[in-house]
Amino acid sequence: MRATITNVSRREFLHEVTAGGGFALAVTLPGATRVAEALMTGTAAASPTDPFNPNVYLQIDADGTVTIVAHRSEMGQGVRTGLPMALADELEADWSKVRIEQAIGDEARFKTGTYVDEPGTQNTDGSRSLRHFLRPLREAGATARAMLEAAAAQRWSVSVTEVEARFHQVLHRPSGRTVAYGDLVAIARDLPVPPKEQVRLKQSSAFRYIGKEIPIVDLFDMTTGRAKYGIDQVQPGMKYAVVARPPVYGGRVTSVDSSAAEAVAGVERVVRLEGTPPPSGFLPLGGVAVVARNTWAAMQGRSKLKITWDDGPNGAYDSTAYRAQLEAAAMRPGKVVRNEGDVDTALAGAARRVTADYYVPHLAHATMEPPAALAVVADGRCEVWAPTQNPQGTRDTVAKVLGIPSDRVRVNVSLLGGGFGRKSKPDFIAEAALLSREVGAPVKVLWTRDDDMHHGYYHTVAAQHLEAGLDARGRTVAWLHRSVFPSIPSTFAPGVTHASDGELSLGCVDLPYDIPNIRCENPEAESHVRIGWYRSVANIQHAFAVNSFASELAHAAGRDPKDYLLELIGPPRHIDLTRGGVKYMNYGDPIDLYPVDTGRLRKVVELVAERAGWGRKLVAGRGLGIGVHRSFVTYVATVVEVQVGKAGEISVPRVDVAVDCGFVVNPDRVRSQMEGACIMGLSNSLYGQVTFRDGRAQQSNFNDYPVVRINAAPRETRIHIVPSADPPGGVGEPGVPPLGPALCNAIFAATGKRIRNLPIGGQLGA
Amino acid sequence: MLTLRVNGVERTYGGDPAMPLLWYLRDELGLTGTKFGCGMALCGACTVHLDAGAIRSCVTPMAAAAGKSVTTIEGLSADGNHPVQRAWREHNVPQCGYCQSGQIMQAAALVAKTSKASDSEIDAAMAGNICRCGTYARIRAAVRAAAGKGA
Ligand code: FES
Ligand code: FES
Repeated sequence: MRATITNVSRREFLHEVTAGGGFALAVTLPGATRVAEALMTGTAAASPTDPFNPNVYLQIDADGTVTIVAHRSEMGQGVRTGLPMALADELEADWSKVRIEQAIGDEARFKTGTYVDEPGTQNTDGSRSLRHFLRPLREAGATARAMLEAAAAQRWSVSVTEVEARFHQVLHRPSGRTVAYGDLVAIARDLPVPPKEQVRLKQSSAFRYIGKEIPIVDLFDMTTGRAKYGIDQVQPGMKYAVVARPPVYGGRVTSVDSSAAEAVAGVERVVRLEGTPPPSGFLPLGGVAVVARNTWAAMQGRSKLKITWDDGPNGAYDSTAYRAQLEAAAMRPGKVVRNEGDVDTALAGAARRVTADYYVPHLAHATMEPPAALAVVADGRCEVWAPTQNPQGTRDTVAKVLGIPSDRVRVNVSLLGGGFGRKSKPDFIAEAALLSREVGAPVKVLWTRDDDMHHGYYHTVAAQHLEAGLDARGRTVAWLHRSVFPSIPSTFAPGVTHASDGELSLGCVDLPYDIPNIRCENPEAESHVRIGWYRSVANIQHAFAVNSFASELAHAAGRDPKDYLLELIGPPRHIDLTRGGVKYMNYGDPIDLYPVDTGRLRKVVELVAERAGWGRKLVAGRGLGIGVHRSFVTYVATVVEVQVGKAGEISVPRVDVAVDCGFVVNPDRVRSQMEGACIMGLSNSLYGQVTFRDGRAQQSNFNDYPVVRINAAPRETRIHIVPSADPPGGVGEPGVPPLGPALCNAIFAATGKRIRNLPIGGQLGA
Repeated sequence: MLTLRVNGVERTYGGDPAMPLLWYLRDELGLTGTKFGCGMALCGACTVHLDAGAIRSCVTPMAAAAGKSVTTIEGLSADGNHPVQRAWREHNVPQCGYCQSGQIMQAAALVAKTSKASDSEIDAAMAGNICRCGTYARIRAAVRAAAGKGA
C-alpha cells in the first residue's frame, strides 16, 4: 500500500488542525481493504484511490509541539501509542513533545466518496492497524524529518548533505550549530514534499522508540479517572435514555402502556422507536425508549413499561433444538470449499480412521463498558460522541436513520471500554441520534448489561465434524473437515445460509498441514440472531476443532502431541491454497507479502515447547497441552499447564505463548495483548455460552455469563516474542484461538478426558 | 434531604433515596471516573470508598451514604500519585482502562490494611473486580508492589 504525503500547511479547510501557522503533513492511504467488509460480502476488493483523502495528520508548531492526529480507535490494544511512536521515531521527535489527538469520523478530512465504494479506512478491526498503517506512518515521519532538514539547510544556506535531524533539532555537522524544530516551521511550511525515493527510513539500529516499551499515552488518565469513554460523555441539557428492545430478534411492539413509567420522578418522555426487520445489519432494533433526567430514573421508568411484543419469525429459536440441527447438518456433505487429492478413497484405504465432532456455542462480547452513545441533532445536523471502532460506518448509519446526508454527521470517537468487535456496529449510536431528534435535546443512550447480553451481535454457534485416515505407520493421509455455522453475512443480507469465503478463511480452508488428501465442506445453516464478529471470529471454533483433532490423532498414533503436530505441519514451505480451489482471503492482504508460512508456524511451536519445558515431569492431576494457529497473518503457539482437582475443578498454573507477529513496534503492548487474549480464551472455553429459548437470550449478566476473574487467571503467563523483520502482523486477536484447544489438550493429558464441546463448564464434574 | 461528603466536599441530596450512589456520582456530580459495568455488584467497575471500605456504588442507595464520606478515583490522591496509582503505571496495567478505576479503588482499600499481601490474599480481595481485557497478571504485580511500599 503506497501512501501519499501532502504538505497541507496552507490548506484553508484544515484550519482546526493547522491553527497557529504550523507545518502540517497529511497522509493518505489508498486501497485499505477492510476485513469486516470481506466477511460481510465475501470479497475484499481494494477501494479506489481518492484524490485527497487523508487518514492521518502530523503537525509541528512554532513552539516545537508535535501533534499527531490518530485515526484508529483505542480499545486497549495501544494503537493510540503504537502508531504515533513509529511516526515520532522516524521524525526524530522528542516523545515528550508529542501530543496525540483523536481523529473525528469526518467526510472532509478522512475520506471522500461513499461508504460502499470506499470502505471506511478508520474502521478498527481485523487486527490490522499496524499491519496496514505502520509503513505509511513511518514514511510520513521520515518525510517531515527530510523537510525539516531541508528547511535548516535553507536557513543556513548550506548543503542539505551537511545537516542531520537529531532529537527535535537539526544539526549542522561541520559547525556544530543546531536549530530547534519549532524554529524551522515557518520555512518548512512552504517546502515541497520530497519524492519518495529521497526519503530514507531509519535503520533499526537508529530507532529511539520502535521496539522499546513505551507506556501508553493514556496511562495517567486511565489511572486517575480522567479518561473519557463513550458512557462518560456529557453535553449541556443532556437527557439520559434506556431502551426496552424486542426480546426476540425481528420482534415488534404490539402495544405499550407507559403510564406507570411516565409517573416515575425524573422521567420526561417515553418514545416508540421503529425497528428494522431482519436482516437488520447496523440498524437499531427498535422498541420503547424512556428518556429521563438521569440514568436511574430512566431505568426505573423502563422497568414500569408494560409492553406486549410480537416475537416475529425467530420466536421459536431454541439452542438445544438448533444444536441438534447443526450437528445433523455436520454429518451430511456440504458445499466443498477446499479439495485436494481424493479424501474418500484415502479414508477407505486407511489403516485406521478417527472421527470427532466439536461444538462451540454463541458468545457475547461483554465489553466492560456496555454500548453507550451521546447524540445531538439540531438544524438538520447531527453530532455524536461514541466509543466506536467504526466512525465512518457510524456516520453513514446515523445519516441513514435520520435521512440526512452523511456530511451533516460528525462523529467524535471517545476511548472504548473494550471493543472486541461489538463496537464496530453502530446500532446503539443510531438510537441516540433518533432519540435526540425526537426530544429536541442531547440524549445519551446507555445499554445495561442485560441489554448487552440480550441484544448482542453474537459470536456464531458452530458444529464441526472431522474425519481422518492414518496409514500403517500412523501418519495422517486424509483429512475431512465440515464446519457449519450461521454466518456474519446473514446479519446484512437475506437468504444467506453458507459461510462467507472470509469466514472459512479463518482457520478452516487454510489448514496448514502436510496431508495429501484434504477436503473442507460447509453445510447450510440459517441464523436466528444477529451474528457478528467477535475477537478472532471464526478462528475460535476452527482452531479449537483443528488443534483438538490434531491431538486426538497423535493419541491414536501413539505419538507425542507436539511431535505429531510438527509432523502434521510438515517441512517449512509456503502453502499453495489455490491447488485445492480455495478462495482464500488472507485477512485482506496479498499472499506473496504474507504467505501461509509453515516455517514460521513450526518455529513458534518449537519455541513455545522449549520455553514451556514440554515433556517435563508434572505432579498428578496436571497436564500440558499445545495449540498453534495462524490468524491475522500472525503465528501463535500456546502451551497451557492445567491442574484438575479431585472434584474436577480446573486451575491454570501456567501459560506460555510464542508469538511471531513480524516487526514489533511496542513489545509491551504485544505482551499485554497476548496476556489478555489468554484470559479471553480461557473465559470462552471455561464458561462462555449464550443460549436461547423462545428466541430469548437466557443469560443477562456476569452471574450467568461468567468471565474469568483474577482468582481463575493463570498463576503465570509468559509471552515469548519471536524477533522478526517480517512485515507486521495482527496482535489484537491472534492470541485467542490457540488457548482453548491448548487448554482442552492439557485437560486430556491430565485426566484422559477429551473435551469436544465448549464451554467446559461442569464436564469434569466440578 | 441528606448530606454526605464526596472527596472531601460537603454535599446535600434531595432526590430519591433509593437511587444508587453510582448515578449520583456520575450523573449529578459529573464524577465519571467511577464506572458502570453490571449494576448488580458483579463486576466492581463502580467501586468507591465509603468511609474507609471499598463498596459497590451501583447497589449502594443514597440513603446508605447519608452522613458518610465517599472517596472516588478522582479523590484518591490530589495529584494522581497514590502508591497504587503509581504502581499501576509502573506495571503498565491498563489496556482499555475502563475497569481500572474500580480495580485501583479496590486495591487501595486492600493496601491500606496490609503491607504485605500474598497472592491468594490479593486474589481474594480483587476477585470481585472483572477486567474483560485480562490485565490480571499485572494487577497482581502492581498490588504486590504497592503493598510493599506501605501505602
Ligand atoms: S457496576 Fe457495580 S459492581 Fe458492576
Ligand atoms: S483494562 Fe479493559 S476491562 Fe480492564
